[in-house]
Parts: sequence; structure tokens; C-alpha cells
Amino acid sequence: MVELRAVGHSFGELRALDRVDLEIGAGEVLGLVGPSGCGKSTLLELVAGLLEPSDGRVAVDGETPAGERLARTVLMPQRDLLLPWLSAIDNGALALRNRGAAREDARRGAHPLFQRFGLAGFEATAPGRLSGGMRQRVAFLRTLQAGKPVLALDEPFASLDAITRAEMQEWLAEALAEQQRTVVLVTHDVDEALYLSDRVAILSARPARVVAEVRAPSPRSVPRIEAVSDAGFTMAREQALTALQAASVAP
Amino acid sequence: MRLRPADLLAPLAIVVLLLAAWETAAQWDVLADALDIEPFLVPAPSDVADSLWNDRSLLAEDAWVTLREVVLGLALAIAIGFAFAIALHLSDALRRAFYPLLVASQTVPVIAIAPVLVVWFGFGIGPKLAIIALVCFFPVTVNTLDGLRAVDPEQVKMMRTLDADRGRILRAVEIPTALPYLASGARIAAAVAVIGAVFGEWTGSDEGLGHLILVSQGQLQTARVFAGVAVLSAMAIALFALIGLAERRWAWWGKQPVAA
Repeated sequence: MVELRAVGHSFGELRALDRVDLEIGAGEVLGLVGPSGCGKSTLLELVAGLLEPSDGRVAVDGETPAGERLARTVLMPQRDLLLPWLSAIDNGALALRNRGAAREDARRGAHPLFQRFGLAGFEATAPGRLSGGMRQRVAFLRTLQAGKPVLALDEPFASLDAITRAEMQEWLAEALAEQQRTVVLVTHDVDEALYLSDRVAILSARPARVVAEVRAPSPRSVPRIEAVSDAGFTMAREQALTALQAASVAP
Repeated sequence: MRLRPADLLAPLAIVVLLLAAWETAAQWDVLADALDIEPFLVPAPSDVADSLWNDRSLLAEDAWVTLREVVLGLALAIAIGFAFAIALHLSDALRRAFYPLLVASQTVPVIAIAPVLVVWFGFGIGPKLAIIALVCFFPVTVNTLDGLRAVDPEQVKMMRTLDADRGRILRAVEIPTALPYLASGARIAAAVAVIGAVFGEWTGSDEGLGHLILVSQGQLQTARVFAGVAVLSAMAIALFALIGLAERRWAWWGKQPVAA
């Protein structure tokens, strides 16, 4: 579904990515973990068609042109970026509006997801009046509403406190199990990556390369606290942390 | 910045205090003596109040003329300035070509070209509108342009992955971001619009508050001059308040903090 072959990217003198090879199957959730500032967000923008790689080949569904990648991928940035002048539901329905739907039709389209994500009753609320967890849910809903086969999630819960974050991870695990989309999930939290993904790729410090891959234990129980204390999970975590440590100290 | 009624207390107290001091000084001819002029040239606030009341029909008639000029001129400047800012925002070539000219246009002494405008547009409302629009255009355009450029680039990326085209990004993200900036520009414009109207009327007019002030000056009717000034100030303050109301209705989210 998503394929990166010898992908490199530079911003002027700065080399962000170097010879990245990745393959993500349809319906697979791939976690990307790496030291901070290693170019993870750049990688997502490449997949999403917001950037052209300096070298190598990025294909989504076999298509390499940026416009084609953009048509098949939706990016959820790190910050929720809700537009303060729109109500929660109008934020959630942005993709429909962007494609020309009338306001009322777009709202009707987004409504079921509001119900499903526990946001019923908050449709008309301004984003500024929502809690951090709710804002993040609206942002995720907005991303799903785009209806694209590939989701590129950039540290979706980085701005949340630990408890909300754990709740949101469980919530996302459920949502992803239901949705069956191809997902590239960037995070700096190994537990989060292993809990949410099928497979985790470890990136090196900049310029980023894939240095190791760890298969997440499966099947996992949905309650996070059970999943992360499982013996298989602990082993996978050790493996991932060791690789990450090696990647961080590498020259 | 949003004013609460309580925030108005201190400035009001200062105004009352100043008026009281002025009243006392005028009644005792202190000011006239200090300036070494005739006492009737230094009207007390109470004389100005008398004039406001006695000349009310005259003032109202002229105020209506000036108000029409100011509101129309300001509306014209906001409409043109907003459209121009969007054009400059959308085209790098236009911006590079016009932005320096826009800044340079501010060095044109409008009072000096006002007589020419009268020659061109005649004695009617035309030259006043032209002058007001000229002085108001700059703050509106520059502020709106700043607002359009203050957009968070991450928000634009987010919109692009949600299939927004250029027009949608402009309408859904850039213009809403720019509206509070437009309001700031409009507020500055409102203050200079009143000054512009007075200039316009001084250059060539037989009506309006500027004209009334000029004539009253010639007749040494200083109380009426001050009454005219008071009405002009009230007009500017009312415009400010009006823009504030519009901002609360259509730009209540305020200027967005620029992301790190």
C-alpha cells in the first residue's frame, strides 16, 4: 500500500532522511519510533504527498506523483490545529466542505462519528471550550472523515497529559480496529507504538534510516494496562528500546 | 484588548477633571490673560456646551454631511483595501511590484494634493471620498496583508491533506485569520477618516463640520469651533465602537498566536 525505496530528503544543507526503505501493507499499522528531530515528520509529509523526496521513490497504492499520494493519504499533524472560528462539528466536517459539500450536508456527514467518538452534544461547541482529549478526538475524527485509505498520524497524543494519553491510546486502538485503514504512526513513545501498531520501525538519529524492525505481540488485549504488562510486550519493548538506544548513539 | 465599563472610569475622571480645570481657568480669565488675548476667544466648556445646544440644528446638518463622507469613504477604503490585500497575497509578482509603492504612497502629503482632487472631482462629495479613501486605504491594506501572512503554515498543510484547493484555504483559513487584523486596520482608518474629511472640506466645500469650523474660526466664534470639534470626536469614537461591535460579531477569535 505504502512503499518507500531508498528515500532521501534534504532541506538545503540539512539531510533529514537517508536511504529509507519501508513497506506497509494494506490495513497494516506501522509505528515509527526514533530520536526527536530525526525526520519522522518529514517522512510522513513525504508519504502524504506534501513533499517530494530529494531522491528515491515514494509510492502510495503504486502511485508516485505527489498529487496522487495526497489524494490517497490524510495527515494528522501533531497539534490539533482546530480552526477556532468553526464549531467542533464544522472542524470535523472540513474535508467534506473542502470537497464542495454544503454546510448542512457536511454536518450531517460528520454527525455519526461525533456519536461514536463520545462527542455527542459538543457539535456546536467552539474548539477553545473543549478539553485537550476532546480536541484531539475532533482532530482524529476530522482525519477519518477525509475517507482516505492511508492515515499518517504524527504524534497524535504528544500534547496530552499521561492519563488522558493512556485513555486516548485505548480509544485509538479501538477506533483503528474498527476502521481497517493503513496507518503510519509516528511517536517517540515505544509503548505507544507497540500498543497501537502491528510492526514498529526504529529510525536512527538524523539523517534518519530504518535501523531495526520489531513485530508487536499479537493478539493484544484492548485494555492498555493488560497489554503492556504482557510478557511478549515486555520482550518487544526491550528489543525496541535496545535498538533505539543503539540508533541514538550512532555517529 | 476588550474594554470593560470599569476600565472607562479612570479616563472619564481625567476628562471631567480637565474640563473642570478649564472651566475655572476660563471663568477667571486666567487662560486669556496668560495668552494675552481677549477673553471671548477662550470659551469655557460651558460656553461650548451652550453652542452645542444653541447651534444644534446647524451642527446636526453639517455633522450629517461629514458623517456620510466619513462612512462612505471608510467603507470604500475597507472594500478596496481588503480586495487589494488579497490580490497582493495571492500573487508574489503583484506584491513585489506594489508593496513598495504602497509604502511610498504614505509620503504623499494628502493636504497638498487635495486642491487638485477638487479640480478633478468637482465641489461635491467626490474629492472628500477620494481623500478619505486615500488616507484609510493604507492601514487597511497593510494590516490585512499582515493578517493573511500570519497564517499557521501547519494549518495550510492540514487543509491540503483534507483536499482543500487554494480558494478553500483562502476562504476557510486565511481570511478568518486576517479578519482581526483587518479590524485593527479599520480602527486606525476610522481615526484618520475624520481628519481626512475635515481636510477635504477645508479645501473646497460649503457644508460639513470642517467647513463650519473654518467659517466659525473666521467669525471668531471659538465656542462653535470647539463644539464642531466635540462632534467630530464623538463621531470618531462612535465609529471606533461600531468597529469594535463588528469585530465581536465577525472576528471574535482575535489575532491567533503565531506558532513556534
